[in-house]
Order: sequence, then C-alpha cells, then structure tokens
Amino acid sequence: MRALRPGRARSPLLALVAFVFLFMYLPMILIMVFSFNSSQVTILPLEHFSLRWYQELFADSTILDSFTNTLVVGAVTVVISLVLGGTGAFALNRLQFRGKGVYEFIVTMPFVLPEIVTGLALLTFYTLLGIRLSLVTVTVGHVVFCLSVAVRTIGARLQSLPRSYEEASYDLGAGRLRTFFLVILPSIRTALFTAALLIFTISFDETVITIFTIGQENTLPMLIWAMMRRGFTPEVNAIATLTFVASLILIVIVGTRSKDQV
Amino acid sequence: MARPGTARQRISARGGRRLGQAGLLAPSSLWLAFFVVVPISILFLYSFWSSHNYKLIQVFTLANYRETFSDAVFRVVMWRTLRLAFLVTATTLVLGYPVAYFIARKVTQWKTLFYLLVIIPMWSSYLVRVYSWKAVLGEQGALNLLLLKLGILQQPSPIFLYNTFAVYLALVGSILPFMILPIYTSLEKIPASLIEASSDLGAGFWRTFAKVIFPLSLPGMLGGCTFTFVLVLGDFIASQLLGGPSGILIGKVIYGQFGLAFDWPLGAAMSFVLFAIVFTLIAIAGRFGALKEG
Repeated sequence: MRALRPGRARSPLLALVAFVFLFMYLPMILIMVFSFNSSQVTILPLEHFSLRWYQELFADSTILDSFTNTLVVGAVTVVISLVLGGTGAFALNRLQFRGKGVYEFIVTMPFVLPEIVTGLALLTFYTLLGIRLSLVTVTVGHVVFCLSVAVRTIGARLQSLPRSYEEASYDLGAGRLRTFFLVILPSIRTALFTAALLIFTISFDETVITIFTIGQENTLPMLIWAMMRRGFTPEVNAIATLTFVASLILIVIVGTRSKDQV
Repeated sequence: MARPGTARQRISARGGRRLGQAGLLAPSSLWLAFFVVVPISILFLYSFWSSHNYKLIQVFTLANYRETFSDAVFRVVMWRTLRLAFLVTATTLVLGYPVAYFIARKVTQWKTLFYLLVIIPMWSSYLVRVYSWKAVLGEQGALNLLLLKLGILQQPSPIFLYNTFAVYLALVGSILPFMILPIYTSLEKIPASLIEASSDLGAGFWRTFAKVIFPLSLPGMLGGCTFTFVLVLGDFIASQLLGGPSGILIGKVIYGQFGLAFDWPLGAAMSFVLFAIVFTLIAIAGRFGALKEG
C-alpha cells in the first residue's frame, strides 16, 4: 500500500484529518476553557482560573434534584431496555415466526425516525389517554428509543454465538432456564454490559423526546435546555462541561471494552 | 445428575416450545405495539382533526394538510430545511470520507484512539455540542476575539450567530461522526488481499481507489448520507439555539405548533409530511442495502 501512495499525498490527508477533528472538538474545548474563567462576562482573554461556576452548580438544589432524576430515569431505562431487548434479540435470532420483518422494522423505527416525531407521537398518545406527564412517561420514551440499541448489540453477540453450545447443554439434560443462566448469559455478558452503558449514556443526554414527555420534575438536559435559552453564561458552560465529561467517560469504557461496533 | 436427554425428553421440550416462543416475543412486541404503533397512529389521527380556540375538535378534516401545503411560510421553511440537509450531507461526506479512509487504512497503532475520537461526539449530548458553537460564533466567542486581535473588527460583532450559516456549521460539526462511522465500517471490511491484487495487477493508487475501494464503500456512504439527511430534517435544537428568525427549520415550526401556536392537529400534519419524506428516503436507501452498515 505504502509503495502505491505518492509521498506528497500523505500530508494533505493528515492536514484534512486534523482539520476535521479540530472542527468537531474545538467548540467543546472552548466551552471547557470558558467554564474555568472567573469573569462573569465570558470573553477572552481569560481572567483567572476559577472553580466558582462549579461551586455555584453544586450549591443549586434544583440541579442536584434533576441530576438524581436523570440517574433514576437512566437506570430504569437500562433495566427495561435490556429485558425487552434481550428477549426480543433472542426471539429474532433463535426463532422462526411470522411477521419477523415487521417486528424488526418497528423496533428500529424510533431509532431512524426524527426524534421529534417519536416525541410528538408519545405526547398525543399520553394526552388522548389522559396520562399525566411525569418521569415515568419520560422513561417510556427513552426505552422506545433505546430498544433498538439493545436488540442490535445483544443480537450481534447472539448471532456469533455457536448454537452447538446450547444444543450441547440441552443434550446433557439441562432445561431452558439452566441453559440460559449457565450457557447463554455468561456468553453474552459483555454485550449486555456494552448495551447497558450505551443506553445509559443515551438516556443521560436525551433531550428531544424528553422535551415532549416531561412533566413537573426535570431531568438534567431539560434544565440545561432551559438555561441555554436564557443565554451564554458561565454556569451553562460549567454544566455543559460536566455532562460532556460524564458522557466521554462512559463512551470510552464502551468503546474500549467491546470489540463490537457501537 | 442429569442424564443425556432421551428422544422423548427432547420431544416434550419441543412441546413447550410454543409457550417459550410466546414468552420471548410477547414482552417487546406488546411494548412496541402499545408505545410505538399506537402513539404514531394517534399522531396520524390528530393530523385529521382540528383545533379551535385551543380546543380539539375530533372531526375528520383534510384542512391541516391543505394548510401545510398551501402555507407560504411552511413552504419556505421546508425548502430551507431540505437545502440545508443537502448541504450538510454533502459537506460531511466530503470531510468525513477522507477521515474514515485515514482511520480504516492508514492508522495502525492508534486505531482505538481514533475510533473513540469519532464515537465520543457521536454519543455525547447533541444539545451540548450544538450549544458549544456559541463559544466560537458568539459575541464573546473565539471568532470575534480573533478578528479583534487581527484588527479586522473594532468591536465584537453579533452577526455570526442567529442565522442559517451558524446552524449549518453546528450541524456539520455535530453530525460528522454519523457520516464517518458507517464509511469507516465499510472501508474496514475490504480485505487487504483485494487491494494487493489490484496493485499486483499494476493499478496505481488512484486506479485502485476508483475501481476497488470506492465502490465497496458505497453502502457505508449511503448509510451515512441517510443518517445525516434525516438528522438535519428532524433538528430543532440547533435551529432554536443558533438559528434566529432566518435559520428557522421545519422541526422548529412543528415544535412551535405544540408550544406557542398551540395547533396540535396542524403540527401533527406537518410532522407526518416530515415522516413521509424520511420514510421515503429510508426505503430508497434500504433498497440499496445502506442501513446494514453502522
């Protein structure tokens, strides 16, 4: 390959790659820098390094409450998505049933549709049925979106798992439950872990579906959304930095732990 | 101790299979029926109702669709959104392809790092990434500072924010990973032997690229383009935060019907027009096998 490439073609490619990564990361890096600036009006050049905005965030009880709400919604979303997505992926991979194509289509639909359509569909549904908007209605929305992630991640692992393992287990007299807990579950553990982290990350940052399904209590992105609409302030920069770093840590764990593409 | 299953045991296991099938399939099917199929049907139903003085009138009418297609504002915004979706798709393709190529075929040691650098912006908060462009384009942003330093501007200018160009930049920056990843996946799958065969047969780099690499990366490109296009069509966050009056996109108009304007049936009709466009695009892309990637 190298012999093929003209030597001079290398540097323009490198320059372009550097430019694209800069384009993707520079705005976020600036936000991070601004969040540590002591000045009230965030203008460069920076005044002094300060943790003032972070201290103010942590002193704000509404932020802490919405953070807790976000964690609870995320955890419940993960559990429901894994149970529904796991059984769904298993059915898709191991069973023959009518309407398989339709099932697959509907699972992936919320993932490919614009989130605004999914959010509005749920809003009209709740309203018509007289269901009060709350963190429960938000969680349902998150599961709807995350189900395809669970089905796809777990499904990919099941597909690569040789069926002979299960057959051997059945042949040795183990029942369905024993086979599931002793053979299948240990083999798909990594996929479950990956799916769980990814779903949690999505739920943690989910904004659009949440906007349409939220009630009185806020999640963190809702609070950030409200703050952002008020303007470009150091507090927003600080909270944006924190959410970005939290997602970054989760994604790095997912990306390095799993060989499957996410 | 469990003995190897006899034929009879295996048959009885098969007898329980129907129940097992239902048990596996039922939870997610019921969930999907109740929380995906029914809500989308209800949204569709809403689009045929009407709203009068903030009250819902549940009588069938095509007025919302008529209004959607005849409304000049909607048409202007729809065209703007489609044009922007096309521009963002073209830009991310041109910028993203070389990056995907670089990671798939040039990087050897640091592949995981580059892969992470692509998926971090992909899965982290879209809201935060869109907002971060205010740090570049805002009155107190980096661009203004640079222009002040260079003496081009005497005073910080607000003109870089709240227009379609600001939305365009933020969308390109935020959506790029959705273009890079599927292309990377399809490039990564090309066996090295294929490329070696091409060079052994005397093809130079560009010829190998044009005849082997590029055609095999087409499904990834199509997948990336579909994702990008759909993401722009559905956006209202970038439009709301950075667009201003001249950068209003269709998502924001729909959002407005459910907020201030409070005309849910009209908003429902508009979202179904959006739904139909997205659906057609995905169906076309799906026919070419694009959505199997990434």
